[in-house]
Amino acid sequence: MAVVEFKGKKFEVDEDGFLQRFEDWCPEWVEYVKESEGIKEITEDHQKVIDFLQDYYKKNGIAPMVRILSKVTGYKLKQIYELFPSGPGKGACKMAGLPKPTGCV
Amino acid sequence: MPKHETPLLDQLESGPWPSFVSEIKRQSEARHQKQNEVEYQIPVDVCDDVLGVLEMSYNDGTCHWKHGGIVGVFGYGGGVIGRYCDQPDKFPGVAHFHTVRVNQPAGKYYTTEYLRQLCDLWDFRGSGLTNMHGSTGDIVLLGTRTEQLEEIFGVLTHEMNQDLGGSGSNLRTPACCLGESRCEFACYDTQELCYQLTMEYQDELHRPAFPYKFKFKFDGCPNGCVASIARSDMSFIGTWRDEIRIDQEAVAAYIGGELKPNAGAHADGEWGPFDIQKEVIDLCPSQCMSLEDGKLVIDNKECVRCMHCINTMPRALRIGNDRGLSILVGAKAPILDGAQMSSLLVPFIKVEPPYDEIKEVIENVWDWWMEEGKNRERLGETIKRLSFQKLLEVTGIKPMPQHVQEPRHNPYIFWKEEEVPGGWQRDIKEFRKLHQR
Repeated sequence: MAVVEFKGKKFEVDEDGFLQRFEDWCPEWVEYVKESEGIKEITEDHQKVIDFLQDYYKKNGIAPMVRILSKVTGYKLKQIYELFPSGPGKGACKMAGLPKPTGCV
Repeated sequence: MPKHETPLLDQLESGPWPSFVSEIKRQSEARHQKQNEVEYQIPVDVCDDVLGVLEMSYNDGTCHWKHGGIVGVFGYGGGVIGRYCDQPDKFPGVAHFHTVRVNQPAGKYYTTEYLRQLCDLWDFRGSGLTNMHGSTGDIVLLGTRTEQLEEIFGVLTHEMNQDLGGSGSNLRTPACCLGESRCEFACYDTQELCYQLTMEYQDELHRPAFPYKFKFKFDGCPNGCVASIARSDMSFIGTWRDEIRIDQEAVAAYIGGELKPNAGAHADGEWGPFDIQKEVIDLCPSQCMSLEDGKLVIDNKECVRCMHCINTMPRALRIGNDRGLSILVGAKAPILDGAQMSSLLVPFIKVEPPYDEIKEVIENVWDWWMEEGKNRERLGETIKRLSFQKLLEVTGIKPMPQHVQEPRHNPYIFWKEEEVPGGWQRDIKEFRKLHQR
C-alpha cells in the first residue's frame, strides 16, 4: 500500500487514492485530495456534503444511498456533480475518508 | 521470444475455433514490432503480461485481480471499470488494467472508418485488446491505466463524437435487436427507440442515482434476439394486434416443397418433406390454425403471437399491420432472491415518436422504485417485496387478466379499507353483545 505525505501528515491509501482507515481522516486529507478530484476551493457546500457522509457513516457503518444524500443535504445530484466532478462515490466519499464503494460498479 | 512461458494457454491455440490466445499473441507481436513508430502510452508488453497473469491463474486456479477499483472521468459516475493486478511486480504491464465501456450504435452496425479510428486511439492509449461486445452491448476497451482515462474520453468525445456507456447504480447502456434494418418480423424500429431513449436518459446513464442498476432492451418481436425478457429490468418486445397476413400461394409453395420451412434452418438434418399439419398447425400453442381446402386459416383472436408459424413459413405469413410493443418488467440474475424473467406490465402500446406514452411508463416506474427501492434492490425484487399491485397503482395501469399466468391459489388476500363496508374500526363490545365469552 502506498503512503502519501501532505503537510506533515501521512496517509495510507489504495491504488484509487481512498484512505485505508477512516480514523486517519483529518482536514488536511481534504486539502490533499481536492486537486485530483478537480476541486479548486473547498466551500461550505463541499463541507456540508463531507460532514453528512461522515456522520452517516459513523452512525450506520455504510455510505448513504445517493437519494438520501440528496434529500438530507438538499443538493440535487446535478449540484453534487458540480461540487464533486467525479460524483458522490469517487469524489465525495473519497474526500470524506469513507471506504471505497464496492459491488458491480 | 515471449516474455512469459505459457504452456497451458498454448494448448488453446489448437482446434478449429478462433483462439483468443493466438490473437493476444498476435497483438503482442504487433506492439513490439511497432514500438519505434508508436509512442505507446501504456507498457508495450501489456499483452505479454495479460497472458502471463492468465497463465498463472490457469496454474493455481484462482484470479489475480484485486477487489474492485474506483476510477472514472470527471462529470460521470460510471463508464469505467477499474482493475488492478494482485501481482504488479511480476506483471507490471497490467498493474492497472481498467476497462472502458463505450456506448455502441444500436444494432452494432459499423463503418471500417469508425472502427479504425477507435483502434488507433486504443492502440495508442490502451492495450489494443477489446471485447466486441459486452453482454449489455457496450464496446469494451480492455485494459489501460488511470492517467489515460481522461485522454481517451477527450478523443472519444471531441474527435469521434462518441460517449461512454453506463456502469454502476444507474441506467446501463441500452441495446436492441437489428430490428427493421434487416428483419421482416420487426414490429417497430428497435434501433430508433433504443437510440432515442438512450439520448433522452443520458443523465440517468452517466450519473448513478438509482437504488441499483437498471437495464433497457428492445426486441422487435417475441423471438427475443436481444433477450430483453431475461436481461433487462424493462423489456420492450414488439407485437401486433390485428391479423397475421397470409399469402395462400406461398403456403401452397411450402406444402409443395418449393419453399424450405424455417428458411432452410434445418436443412442439414433428415427431417423428411415439410408437413404443415405436423410442423405448424399441431404445434400452434393455442391451436387456432387449420387447413381448409388447402387454404391456411388462422383464428387471430385466439392467437398469442408466439411467432412459430411465421418463423416456419416466413414467405407465406407476415406480422400484422397494427403494430406496437409490450412492456415487461423485472428481469434479473439470481442475486439476491432468485432469477426472474420480466413480467407483462403493458400488453400493447403504440410506438410513435416522440414516444411520450412509453416514457411515461418508464418514468412512473422510476419515480416509484427510486423512492421505495432498497439499497441494491433490483426492480424485480422491489416488485416482489411491495407487490405487482403496487406497481400497477404507481403506473396507473388497470389490473387485467393478461397480467397473470394464473390467478393466485392462496387466500391471503389484502383488501383496502375503503373497499370493505364498515372499514377496520370495530368495537369489541359491540361484538360481545351478540357473542358471549
